[in-house]
Amino acid sequence: MGKDSRLILDPLADNNPITIQVLGICSALAITAELEASIVMSISVLFVLGVGNVVISLMRNIIPSKIRIIVQLIVVATLVIIVDLVLKAFAYELSKTLSVFVGLIITNCIIMGRFEAFALGNGPWRSFLDGIGNALGYGVILIIVGFFRELLGSGTLLGIQVLGDPIEKTGLYALGYENNGFMLLSPMALIVVGIIIWVQRSRNKALIED
Amino acid sequence: MEHLELFFKSIFIDNMVFATFLGMCSYLAVSKKVSTAVGLGAAVIFVLAITVPLNWLLDQYILQPGALSWLGEDYVSYDLSFLSFIMFIATIATMVQLVEIIVEKFSPSLYNSLGIFLPLIAVNCAILGGSLFMQSREIETLGLALNYGIGSGIGWFLAILAIAAIREKIRYSNVPPALRGLGITFIITGLMAIGFMSFGGMLTGGDEEAKPENTSAAIETIKEDIEKVEEKLISNIEQKQDTNE
Repeated sequence: MGKDSRLILDPLADNNPITIQVLGICSALAITAELEASIVMSISVLFVLGVGNVVISLMRNIIPSKIRIIVQLIVVATLVIIVDLVLKAFAYELSKTLSVFVGLIITNCIIMGRFEAFALGNGPWRSFLDGIGNALGYGVILIIVGFFRELLGSGTLLGIQVLGDPIEKTGLYALGYENNGFMLLSPMALIVVGIIIWVQRSRNKALIED
Repeated sequence: MEHLELFFKSIFIDNMVFATFLGMCSYLAVSKKVSTAVGLGAAVIFVLAITVPLNWLLDQYILQPGALSWLGEDYVSYDLSFLSFIMFIATIATMVQLVEIIVEKFSPSLYNSLGIFLPLIAVNCAILGGSLFMQSREIETLGLALNYGIGSGIGWFLAILAIAAIREKIRYSNVPPALRGLGITFIITGLMAIGFMSFGGMLTGGDEEAKPENTSAAIETIKEDIEKVEEKLISNIEQKQDTNE
């Protein structure tokens, strides 16, 4: 049991896919200007990685190793099409915000990375846990970045004004606080992730590169 | 003109790395040395120039709603666009494999410099992203699609070249230990992206869009002034008429 729980807990911090393994940054940063989009993106990746890992793990003995990349891509692409259609059906506005980035889950390096590194060599249950763990690790970073960017950028969380009304000057705004619109621009996502990495590595010296 | 505009737009304004964060994984992983960065960048230009036009053809004649009309009347109502992800990625994976085989056969020297990067590229988000953006921006002709592919490839090449050069130099700087490596690269990329945002007004003509509003507002105020003057004149005339009577 201890071994299995490590599969989920490790990627959350000390072996985080984004900040330590540097995987899956591609589709992660552009959509973190709002918390809601970050959460939906995390859930999509959770689904694709969890199910995909199980499927690949079940097929691991029949996939010829020469064409495994194409097989993996087809599995991911099918799962992503499911996610895309579900989003379009139940959250159309949000699927517009996410635009091509749902499709880009296919080439999210976390997914291919976990297929290659774990699912091809382990049983379905452990692969499932590994998929869930890594997707959670990815989601945690996405949600932290989304939280700070939305809070500092537009003063809202999930669309609810938590710092008061900027037009009527209530709450913090009465004290002269202003929203930092800069946080909503895409470059700030990179800088926020950079700062998260800084904080994490200052706390855990073993992670420092030379 | 249209071509030139799209070309510059895809290199600078919609730069793959700085505006949309595509291909970040290989951008961060392969940017430690300038020479390898050049190899990967060239391979990306090459593959984008092939896959974007190819996927444009697929999109135009197979996937779009009504695209199958060339098969006959019965097929006009078909909409296969939900298949685009799987079709695009399959095309890309096959093309990369094909390019690898062809290059290995005909130009071993090019294969030696590009070859090791080609398999990496199949799962580079920049390549799939190029095709998906091509689809969502509704690029009109095959020529423009080719142009878009090459342009975004060059944009990506420039980005990885720049960061590789910076990373080679920054090794001699005194970076806080916890920021060394990945952290500082993220922050530099963020700063470069802010720099690239200044290209935003280069072609869109932000002024042109703002002008009509300004002029129409100005015309409105002038009209109001004229009306006021007219009212004054009329009242003056009326007063004079009154006094005359």
